[in-house]
Amino acid sequence: MKIKIRVSAFADTRLTERDGVFMAGHRKNKRKTVEYGRYGYMFIAPFFIVYLLFSLWPLIYTFWLSTQEYYFRGMKEVGPTFAGIKNFIKVFIESDANGTPLEGAKLFDTMTFRTLGNTVILWMLNFIPQIALSLLLAAWFTDTRVKLKAQGAYKVMVYMPNIITAASIAVLFYSLFGIQGPITTFLRDMGIIDRSGIATDVFMQSKLATRLIIGFIQFWMWYGNTMILLIAGILGISPSLFEAARVDGASSWQIFKNITLPLLRPILLFVLVTSAVGGLQMYDIPAVFNVDNSGDGLPDYASQTITMYIRKLAMMSRDIGKAATISVVLFVFTLIISLFFFFFLGDREKKQKKVKHAE
Amino acid sequence: MSESIRLEAKSAKSKERSAEKGAEKGVRTQKIIRNIVCILLCIISLFPFYIMIINSTRPSAEIQQGISLLPGGEFFNNVNKLLEKAKGVGTPIWKTITNSALIAVPATILAVYVSSMTAYGVFVYKFKLRRFAWSFILAVMMIPAQVSIIGFYQFMIKLNLNDSYIPLIIPAAAAPTTVFFMRQYMKSSLPLEIVDAARIDGSGEFHTFNHIIIPLLKPAIATQAIFAFISSWNSLFTPSIILSSQTKITLPMFVQQLRSEQFRTDYGMIYVGLVITVIPLMIVYFALSKFIIAGVALGGVKE
Repeated sequence: MKIKIRVSAFADTRLTERDGVFMAGHRKNKRKTVEYGRYGYMFIAPFFIVYLLFSLWPLIYTFWLSTQEYYFRGMKEVGPTFAGIKNFIKVFIESDANGTPLEGAKLFDTMTFRTLGNTVILWMLNFIPQIALSLLLAAWFTDTRVKLKAQGAYKVMVYMPNIITAASIAVLFYSLFGIQGPITTFLRDMGIIDRSGIATDVFMQSKLATRLIIGFIQFWMWYGNTMILLIAGILGISPSLFEAARVDGASSWQIFKNITLPLLRPILLFVLVTSAVGGLQMYDIPAVFNVDNSGDGLPDYASQTITMYIRKLAMMSRDIGKAATISVVLFVFTLIISLFFFFFLGDREKKQKKVKHAE
Repeated sequence: MSESIRLEAKSAKSKERSAEKGAEKGVRTQKIIRNIVCILLCIISLFPFYIMIINSTRPSAEIQQGISLLPGGEFFNNVNKLLEKAKGVGTPIWKTITNSALIAVPATILAVYVSSMTAYGVFVYKFKLRRFAWSFILAVMMIPAQVSIIGFYQFMIKLNLNDSYIPLIIPAAAAPTTVFFMRQYMKSSLPLEIVDAARIDGSGEFHTFNHIIIPLLKPAIATQAIFAFISSWNSLFTPSIILSSQTKITLPMFVQQLRSEQFRTDYGMIYVGLVITVIPLMIVYFALSKFIIAGVALGGVKE
C-alpha cells in the first residue's frame, strides 16, 4: 500500500486503488482521508459516550462500592467508608457485622453461594433438555431424506413463548400449578395426588417441583430459539459434505455424529456460552413464579436466584456495599464460566484462524 | 450355470427393490413420527395460553373447581372487576401500558438509530481507533447488565434520575449486539460505492447517512427494531429497581403485582390481566413472525 502511494505521489494524477475506504494517492486527497476519519469518531461517539456513562462507569462504580461499608438503617445513611475486604469475607463466610467469621461457619456456606447454587441448578435443568431437543429438531428439520413440510409453521409455534413477557408467563404457570390451579385440581380429581389438606399444594410447597417447573418454563421459552440457531448453523455446512458421506453409505446417525456435530461446534459453543451467561442472571421467571411478599424464592429459598438476592439486598435490606460485593462475585463467576467454556471446549486452532479471518 | 447366475441376479435385484421399498416405508413412518412429535410440541407451546384464554372467560369459583376446555360467559365481568381493582391499587391498566410504551418506543428508536450510526462509523471510515472500537464492542457484547446494576442504581440516585424513565431509555442507545448485527448486514449488502457517489454529488456525511444509508438498511433496522422493542417492553429487572412510584410502573411490573394478595383472591381477574398483556404481543408476533424467525437465524450465521 505504502509503495503504491509513493508511486502515485510521483504520478500525481493517478489514484490508487481503494482499500475499502476512500483514499486517493496524491497528497491533496490524502489530507481528505484524514478529514473523513474524523467523521468516524463522530459517528461512533454517541454509542461510546452512552456506554461509558451508563454501563462501564456503573460497573467500575460497583467494584468500588464492593470495597465500601455502605448501608441504610431506617433513614440513616452509614458510609460509604472504606472497608477493605470485609464485604467479601461476609459474602464468602457467615460473619458478624464487623466481618469476623462466626464460630463453626463454613466457607461458601452463605446465602450468596446458596442462591448462586440455585441459579446454576435452575440453568442446568433448562439447558440440558433444551440443547438435546434443539439438536434433535434441528437434525430433523435439515434432513433431506425425510422432509417435513410444515417446518415453517412448527418454527413459528415453538419460538412463540420466547417473545411473550416472562413475567406474564410466570404468573400464568403460577396460576396453572397453584393450589387451586387447573393442573393441580385436575391431578387431584384424577386421584393422582392427595385430596386432603395442605398436601394439595404439591407444586408450590415442593422444592423439587418448583425448580422443575421453573426449569421447564425456561426450557419451553428457549428451545425454539436454540433450534433456529442450530438449523442456521447446519444449513451453513457445505451440502457436498453430506452428499459425499451419503454416497459412501453413511447412515443418518453417522452423518449427524461425524459431520454435523463437529462442524456445528462453534455454534454449539456460542449457544452454550450465551445461555450460561444469560442463565446466571436469571431473574424474571423465578422472581414472579413462587415468591413470598418480600420477594424471596419459595419454598425455603429454593427458587431464589442470585440476582433476586442482589435486588433484595439493595432495595429491601438497603445494604449497598454487600449487594455490590455479590455483584462482583457474580461478574467474576460469569467470566470464569465463559472463559472455561471457551478454552476447554473451543477449538483453539480454529479460533485463531477465525480471528485472522475476521481481520 | 447361466440359469443360476440369472436367478442370483434376479434375487439380488428383488432384494434391492425390497430394500428400497423398506427404506421408503421407513421414510414414511419416520415422517409420521416426526410430524406427530412436532405437532405435540406446538400443542405444548399453545396449551397454557389456551387455558389462559378459556379461564379468563370463567367465573373465579368455577376456575377453582377444575379444568375446562370450553369458554364461559364471564369475560367482560372479569375485565370490569380487574379494571376496578387495578384502579383501586393505584394504577389503571391503560396507564401501565402507556408507561411501557413511553419507555419502549424511544428506547427502540435510540437503539436502532445509534447502533446503525456506530456500525456505519466503524464500517465506512478509517481512523486510528477503528479496530480498537470494534474489538471493544465485540468484547462488551457478553457483559450482562445485571452485574453492574448496583453501581447503575447508585449512580442514578446521584444524578437524581431515580424513579424516572431516562435511565430506562438512554442506555438503550448502547446496544453492542445490535451494532454487531447492523455491521454484519452492511458487510453483506451495503456497497461502499454509494457513499462515494453521494460524496461526489456533494452530499455531506450525515446527510448521506440519514437520507441514503438509512433507507438502504431498512430490512435490518426493521428486524433489530422488533427485537429491541420486545426486550424493552418485556424487561422487569431494571425497571423494578429504578422505578418506585406506583403511578410509574410498567406492564411487566403490573403483571408481577397480579400475583400479590390484592389480586390473588380472584382467578378470573388474574387470567384477564394475563390475556391483556399476552394477546397483543401474540398478534404482533404472528404478524411479524417471518422477520422474527429470520432475525433469530441471523444470530446463528457466524462466519
